[in-house]
Order: sequence, then structure tokens, then C-alpha cells
Amino acid sequence: MNTKPKELQTSSRLHSVISTVADRLAGSVFILPTVLALLFLSIFPLIASLYVSLAKCDIAPGGFKLTFVGLDNYKKLLVGSEGTHFLGKFAPSTPLTWVVFGAVVITLAVFMIKYLLNARVSISGVIGRVLLTVGLGALTWILVHTLWNEGRLGTASTTLVYVFVGIFFQYILGLSLAMLTVQRLPGRRFFRVIFLLPMMITPVGVAYMFRMLTDTSKGPFTPIWQAMGLVDFSWVNNAWGARTAILIADIWQWTPFMFIVLVAALESQPVEPIEAATVDGANSWQIFQHITWPAILPVSMTLILIRLIEAFKIVDLPNVMTNGGPGTSTQSLTMHAFINWRALNIGASAAVAYMLLFLVTFFAMIFVNLIRQRAVETL
Amino acid sequence: MKRWFQSKSINTPSPVGAVLSYLILGTWAFLILFPLYWLVVTSFKISSQVAEGPFYIPFVDFKPSLDAWKYILVGDLSQDTIRNFSNTVIVAPTSALIALALGATAAYALVRFEYHPRIGAILTFIGCIILSIVAISLGVPWQVALAVSMAVFFILLQTIGRRFKRALGNNDIAFWMISQRMLPPVAVVIPIYILFQRLHLLDTYSALIITYVTSNLPIVIWLMRDYISTIPIELEECASIDGASRYRIFWTIVLPLAVPGLVATFLFVLVFTWNEYLLALFLSSAKVQTLPLTIVAQNATRGPQWWNMSVLILIMIVPVIVIAIILERYITRGLLIGAVKG
Repeated sequence: MNTKPKELQTSSRLHSVISTVADRLAGSVFILPTVLALLFLSIFPLIASLYVSLAKCDIAPGGFKLTFVGLDNYKKLLVGSEGTHFLGKFAPSTPLTWVVFGAVVITLAVFMIKYLLNARVSISGVIGRVLLTVGLGALTWILVHTLWNEGRLGTASTTLVYVFVGIFFQYILGLSLAMLTVQRLPGRRFFRVIFLLPMMITPVGVAYMFRMLTDTSKGPFTPIWQAMGLVDFSWVNNAWGARTAILIADIWQWTPFMFIVLVAALESQPVEPIEAATVDGANSWQIFQHITWPAILPVSMTLILIRLIEAFKIVDLPNVMTNGGPGTSTQSLTMHAFINWRALNIGASAAVAYMLLFLVTFFAMIFVNLIRQRAVETL
Repeated sequence: MKRWFQSKSINTPSPVGAVLSYLILGTWAFLILFPLYWLVVTSFKISSQVAEGPFYIPFVDFKPSLDAWKYILVGDLSQDTIRNFSNTVIVAPTSALIALALGATAAYALVRFEYHPRIGAILTFIGCIILSIVAISLGVPWQVALAVSMAVFFILLQTIGRRFKRALGNNDIAFWMISQRMLPPVAVVIPIYILFQRLHLLDTYSALIITYVTSNLPIVIWLMRDYISTIPIELEECASIDGASRYRIFWTIVLPLAVPGLVATFLFVLVFTWNEYLLALFLSSAKVQTLPLTIVAQNATRGPQWWNMSVLILIMIVPVIVIAIILERYITRGLLIGAVKG
């Protein structure tokens, strides 16, 4: 006894066919809009600026004229007239620089040999590790010769200092504050909202605000500077003082980013394992090490990667706070590109931007392929 | 004595622990609030009071004045402020919501589906794009060049592309996406300007929204990927056995469980777009300027107008704080508790 009308039956069969087809296509439907949107706005600028970086840009009647010059812009950065600006001023080698450099080279060599003796050696793995060894070796060479003695940091190494010191403190502070505010304390919501504030100020605004605060004769800390005998001291005179000021501003601004994501990660952690561990008599350090840390590790890795990529593009803080000074010592790579760009030297600016892209890709690849993977695997 | 060090339950700290926590939290709160207090104080100063040195407390140290507030809100600059403020209010939440919608679906796809884009196909695609750009720069109309290169791409894909079997995986796709944020804006801003000029979209909301959505998508995808992967797959399997489609599973199971992550991510993207400066500088000339441009404009020929800047910065933070306070409660514990037990 079939009570269903015939029409309805066919339509429901049709419906089920459509829904299975739609279900099979789900994978594409979910991801295609994003891929297309990214392609639309990424490929053209990427190729266009690559071309500009290989060209010389001159003002011609009715706009600009691009002349293809090959790798000239890059050559200038690495060995030519822009060399000291980009890589820094090299001090003569001392025994200490050789010791540090030798130690790093030996570590990298051991790492390489260990991999080659491994049973699972692949061509892409070897290429990746050769690139890693060469890149890290070159960076060490640059750093040991520019970091002390008569050496001066170039824009590339200054950016690395901003990135790594900044991220280190942001993560440590963000994690400890997040751990403290997920406790059941009265008023924790108040603290959470307060802690978010720095991130909400526009970066240019933060830069101007810190320029007010670090002013040694009109800023709020003037009495402190006076007590220390630094009234006429200006950040523009001391390279490391100026860099520290910029780093403090950067840490102040971006700790909230780490903080809020880690709060969300800690909050969405299931409670049962912690309860079970407490019943079994684990102390709080053991609980953190074996339950909390593995649970927040993937999010932490993502956070650090995102901050790594964003921090390489730091420009507002040095530009507004110190205008890059003293000399060029607080300039970041993006600011270096910006200065070239303001001087209408657009080819050189694009070349700096591409060097930045290579550097970020290098560190992001190391991070994703070696550190992130290993960290997630060991869970 | 011992009970001072003992906590009553897992998340309630011991009395001593609570005191220590408050000390640390209070210190950090002070470090955050003091610079903001300085902004507030500066906004009530006039130029001579800023120039003469530090004055800390209004009415005690100096006589506060409302000059800067009047200038920004009802005086000469009020029209600019109101226009730029409403532009920011329109652009930022719209782009944040679109980015969140696109990014969350893509993140879910990257966690639960497996993709195998073939290297051969990708290389032919890049080759065709380069060909069409060369053709356009040689004077071929862009519509023709694009159509021809698409046709060439599909023909090559069907013939040569199939021969290269090596494929990439989901992690490579994710890395490609995040790599879109690696070039500094200084380098991409001119090509983007030219692109929107050709599309006749300069100085429109769509230009800003499109740019902001695409530039923030990678961040949304990466953050949401981690949140979604912590959602137990058993729930989705159960629903799938009960006959729910992929779309239904995503809409009724994954999204509600990912709310803390969605809220946190929305806040970021909102803040990033709300405060973005360089792209807005290029893509808007008069009609759709946003507030960060007004702030920078206060660094005029007479030197930075600190009092005006302070007022503008404060005006800019208020709406975001309100949104943060409203959304904060969603980032709460326990949404996943008991989800798997049922």
C-alpha cells in the first residue's frame, strides 16, 4: 500500500540525486571562493613587483618608464653601493667571531651528516637542508661581523632583531597573562578587556603615542630621566637605546594578540583530563607540561608563524619614533624599501621588498617544516 | 597555614596564588593604562602646555581645555571626522564578516577534506598568467588576452597537465595561503592601485573591502584551522551516519562549536581592517577615506598636533572596545564539555 503520490516520489529521488552530487562537490565548494579571491589579488601584484625589481624606473613625460636592468638592483644591495645599508658594516674578524661562526658551522654540519646517514633520504629533503645550512651559515657570518666591535647592523639584521626578540617576549608575556586570567578570579573579565586595548589602537597611533612617551624633556618620564642625568639624552643618539624603545612599543602593542588567542585556546580545552590528573595527584607543573601544553601547542605554533610574518613588515614604529635614526640603525627592511620608494627609486624598493620576501619565506619554511612539524609530532 | 597555599578546585587559585596573580595582572594593567591615560591628558591640553614639559593631572598641574575636542568634533575638522568615521564603520565590519565567512569554510575544508592539486596543473596556470601579462604589456586588449590564456590553460591541462602526476597536499595549500601576507604592503600597493584603476573602482567601498578581505583571509584560515581541528571528529561522523550533508554538518555542528575561535578571529580581523593605513591611503582619495588617514594628517607642517591626534586615537578606540566587551563573553570555557560523551 503506497500512499505517497507519484509526483512526490520522483521529486524526492531527484532531490536525493542533487544532494549526493552537491555533497561530492562539497570539497570544492568550501575552498574555491577563497582560492579565487586570493588568486585575484595576489598573482598580479606579485609578478608586477618582481618585474619592477628587475627594472630601473625613470620619470618620463606622461608617467614612468621602466627599463629592464636584470639583477642590478639585487647586486647593489648585496655587494654594491647599498651594501652597508642593507647588510651592515663589517668589522674585521677577531678570534671570537671565528669561534662563534665555527661552532655554528659545526652544528649545521653535524645536522646535515646525521640526515644523510638516515635511511629515509629524499632529494627534496637534501635540497631543503642544503638551503637551510647555507642560509643560516651566511646569516651567522653577517651577524658575528656586524653585531659588535666596529660593526654596524644593516636593515636586514635589525629586522631580525625586532622579529625574534619581539616575538619571544610577546609569547612569554601573552602565555603567562592568559594562564593567569583563565583562573577563576573575580574581575578577570575586566583584566581581559584591559589587556586587549593596545592591539585596538591603530599602529600609526601607537607610534605617535610612544614618541610622546619617550620624549626625554616633555614626556611623562622626564623626572626619571632627570634623576638619571639624561635630560638632554635623545633616543636618536644611541642605536641600542633607540632599538629598545621600538621593541618595547612593539611588545606593548602585540602581546594582546598572543594573549587573546591563547585565552581562547585555554578556554576551549576539555576539563576532564585535568580533573583526572588532579585526582591522581599530579602537581600543577605536571598538568601544564602533559595536558595544557600539548593542547595549546598547535595554536601557539600558528600564532608564532603569523606574528613572524607580520613582524618582518614592521615600519610604523621606527618611521615615526626615530625616523630610522641614529643614522640607519633602527631602520627595518620595510622602512628601507619605503625610503627608496619615497625617493622614487622604485626598482630598488621592489628589490628590497623581494629580499624581505626571501628572508620571510626562508624562516617560515624552517619554522613550518622543521619546528612546527617536529613539535606537533612529538605530542 | 597550609590552607593558604591550597586551592579549593582546579581553577580557583589558592589565597596566596590569588594575591600573586592580582599583583602581576595589576602591574600589567597599569603598564597598559598609563600610556592611554597620557593620551587622555594630552587631549585636554593646548599647544603651550605640551611644549612646556610634563603636566600630569588636570586641574592640579594645568588647566584643561576642550579646544582639541571641539576642533575635531564640532569645529573645522568635524565634517572630515564624521565622514571618515562612518567610512571606517562601514568598511571594517563588512570586510571582517566576509573574510570570516570565506575563511572559516576554507579552514574547515583544509581540515576535513584532502586536496591533491597537481604540480603540472599549477605550473601551466602560472605559465598562462605570465603569457597573458606579457601579451597585455605588448598592447593586446586585456579581455582578449585573459580569454585566450584561459583557453590555453584548459587545453594544456587536459593534455600535458595530466602527465605530471606529482601532487601537493593540504599543508602546501595552507602555506601558499599564508605566504600571501609575506610581501610588505609597500611593494604591492602600486600594482593593486593600477588594478583597481583599470577596474574603475578607486575611491569606492568595494576596492577597500575586496583588498581587506583578501589580505586578511590567510590569517582567518590559519587561526580557524587550529580551532576546527580540536573539534572531535566523532560528532561529525555521527551526523554523517544520520544522513546529514556536509553543508549541514558544517552549519549545525562545526560552526557552533567553533564560536570561541570565530569570535577571537573576528576581533582580530576587525581590528586589522579598522586600523589599516597604507592601503587606505592609496585606494581612497576623498570619498572613502578612513580614520587612520585623519590621524596621520595631524602631523602637519607645524609639527605633530599631539592634542588633535590624541582625540582622534581615543575616538577610534571606543567602538572597538565596546565590540570587544560584547564579544568577550563568547570566548568562554566549556563549550566542548560533554560533547563527546553523549
